[in-house]
Amino acid sequence: MELFQNLALGFGIALTLTTLSLAIIGCILGTIIGALPGLGPSNGVAILIPLAFTLELDATQALVLMTSVYYGAMYGGRISSILLNIPGDEPAMMTTLDGYPMAKKGRAGDALVLSGVSSFVGAFLATIGLMLLAPILARVAFYFGPAEYFALYLLAFCTLGGIGSENQAKSAIAVCLGLGISMIGVDNSTGMTRFTGGNLHLYDGVDFLVAIVGLFAVTEIFVFIESRGKDSAIGVKLGKISIPFKDIIATRWTMLRATIVGFIAGVLPGAGASLGSFLAYMSEKSLAKEKKFFGTGDIRGVAAPEAGNNAAAGGALVPMLTLGVPGSGTTAVLLALLMTLNITPGPLLFNERPEVVWGLIATLLIANFVLLILNVPLVKIFTKILQVPASFLLPGVAMVSFVGIYSLSGSYFDLLLMIGFGVLGFTLRKLKIPAVPVILGILLGGHMEVSLRRAMVLSNGDWTYLFNSYISVGLWIAAFIGFVAPIFLRSYLKKPTPIG
Amino acid sequence: MIKRIKSLAAALSISFFAATSLFAAECIAPANPGGGWDFTCRTITKIMYDIGAYDSPIQVTNMAGGGGGLAYGHVVNERNTDDDLIVAASSATATRLAQNAYSGMTYDQVRFLGAIGADPGVIVVAADSPYKNLNDLLDAVIADPANHAFAGGSAAGGFDHLKVLMALGKKGFTDIAKVKYIGVDGDADAITQTVGGFTAAMTGDISGVVGFIKSGDVRVLASFTDERIPGFENIPTAKEQGIDVVAVNWRGLYTPKGASDASYKKWTEALRKVGDSPEWKKAMEANGLAPFNKVGPNFQDYVVGVMAEVQALSKELGVMK
Repeated sequence: MELFQNLALGFGIALTLTTLSLAIIGCILGTIIGALPGLGPSNGVAILIPLAFTLELDATQALVLMTSVYYGAMYGGRISSILLNIPGDEPAMMTTLDGYPMAKKGRAGDALVLSGVSSFVGAFLATIGLMLLAPILARVAFYFGPAEYFALYLLAFCTLGGIGSENQAKSAIAVCLGLGISMIGVDNSTGMTRFTGGNLHLYDGVDFLVAIVGLFAVTEIFVFIESRGKDSAIGVKLGKISIPFKDIIATRWTMLRATIVGFIAGVLPGAGASLGSFLAYMSEKSLAKEKKFFGTGDIRGVAAPEAGNNAAAGGALVPMLTLGVPGSGTTAVLLALLMTLNITPGPLLFNERPEVVWGLIATLLIANFVLLILNVPLVKIFTKILQVPASFLLPGVAMVSFVGIYSLSGSYFDLLLMIGFGVLGFTLRKLKIPAVPVILGILLGGHMEVSLRRAMVLSNGDWTYLFNSYISVGLWIAAFIGFVAPIFLRSYLKKPTPIG
Repeated sequence: MIKRIKSLAAALSISFFAATSLFAAECIAPANPGGGWDFTCRTITKIMYDIGAYDSPIQVTNMAGGGGGLAYGHVVNERNTDDDLIVAASSATATRLAQNAYSGMTYDQVRFLGAIGADPGVIVVAADSPYKNLNDLLDAVIADPANHAFAGGSAAGGFDHLKVLMALGKKGFTDIAKVKYIGVDGDADAITQTVGGFTAAMTGDISGVVGFIKSGDVRVLASFTDERIPGFENIPTAKEQGIDVVAVNWRGLYTPKGASDASYKKWTEALRKVGDSPEWKKAMEANGLAPFNKVGPNFQDYVVGVMAEVQALSKELGVMK
């Protein structure tokens, strides 16, 4: 009953005209921010923080505006993934794998609606999870030490398989490239610099947003230039727009499973939305009876990562609110906002500031419906983007990319680096090496390395420490199965039967 | 849609230009939004204008990179004579300068303006830890360094790491390379690792652990302050326990070296006024900052003194040559 009282309190705060309109504004802004390459949720929220102060919003209102932007961006990221093969933000990367091929087949509208619905399912259920389980789940973080985190990242890399390419070796090369890039910068365990060439710009490592915009958006522009505008990858068929009920129903279990996987990944500090969407995609792929259609526009490959990343976004709020540990870049910025608003996150936040927490939860529930309503009918407008000739569209993309990246640090070096990644992406595309694993390597490689290094410091170099708890042993077994099983199952899987 | 993208992009770029020209003065936060430097710039500049200590609003720019080194280089090389520029700094800035981590740039290439608040350093253990005071913990570490690790929010050799080493040094323990330290992503993360039992203790700033102190998950063994921290009077200082270490993460500003003396004076006056204002006192309280007021030339002397200590320890630790 206490739950309902709390919710009533929350809705009492959320359903005022000001709060509600802030949520709607936040959702719209967020969707646009998410859809624009280079402007991800974290810098989107960061850019808008001064707005919250200028408008002199109180703590709850500011938080409502910013989390609506956050959720909106998580929804919006998929739009450019599907339509342009350029992820709007890093968690939407996995959606390019099947979303873009689906759009190329003339099902852009279906892909957008389906991914919108799965985003809703993921985010909505994650918000419920946050509401019911946050105080309990917060304790989960205490069971994850360096050894457990290392096993978790290892699991991610072991399930990588032939992602984004038919050729597993090429995926492996791409991952190694990403892992190598992730080592650039100051080594946190010794304070020494690695591969920086004395360049201060590289001390903090390569920002994955720079890499992602370079490898996707800039590469797309190069491909366009090469083809002199004739054979651009952009130019997918429009298709008619209706709600693909059949696909939504066919993927209902996919969405649910992906939500659970994503939520768990989100709850673990340090894992975040990208790992959520990745694990959701990979687990769905490994569960599927035939995997041949993944990567060619499989509806499950669209539903899973979107449900996964939105669920992870909700999950990431758990450690942020209850421990003050940000699970992702965006929650780090939200955390900073909380601190400036005099709210100290921690185990007691739910008891000390119920109006903030429950107002936030109620708003998130409302924001989800707003986003669903906003996203499904707006698909018509979004798909109009495909009618714009690439010769107009791509210069626009280029401009947005440059402005977005420059706004990160205000340094021209990042722009050069972005162009460098564009050249790399172009080369990779010519060699038919997928770019997605490169990004995953950059995103997760650093975390994996420091986890291992910390584990070794704590255990005085004793590697058995890595198998010291049930959680880590379980993760190692899962990783082993993920790595070995496909080798044995391959012959069995040779004859796929098409579905749907 | 394309129109929208275009107009948004245009709006963005226009707002960039507008932002740089509308404001007379600028405060650079050498990190991404969120975190200490960003807080320093945003809070101090806001109060400066609100209470009339500075006559126009001050623009805050984030320039992340190189642990503050990028902004430092930008100031030294490109803005050396800019009268209207202030930059956020903290103990981390001084530590990195002392360790020569800003690719050869030195502390005397800028002018330290002052600090008007500090985040006190603390040593924290989990509530169920066997260690009841700082001496218990340090004795255990000295007896068996291999099995007592510290977690902290800064990199190895960073300020959080050095605090532990200074305390151990006071106990006569000098084999500092043996002390185990893992640098994680911020104070809250370090606390999680400590409460989870993965490390023996956590070293950090009090602002990062307030929530855990209130919930009873942790016990603070000592604060590295001269006097007990206001609002946390039940936490003993290290000094009281016979370990004379004062280590606070001060929040302050520096200005370009080539800026005019008149502007230096103007900024110190403004900073002093902010430091004395009730608005700042409120902001300090909300963010767990303790009083720490050193503005003007004597602050520069303080920074130089701290740097010498950091340098000696870092050489011994092997994080610098």
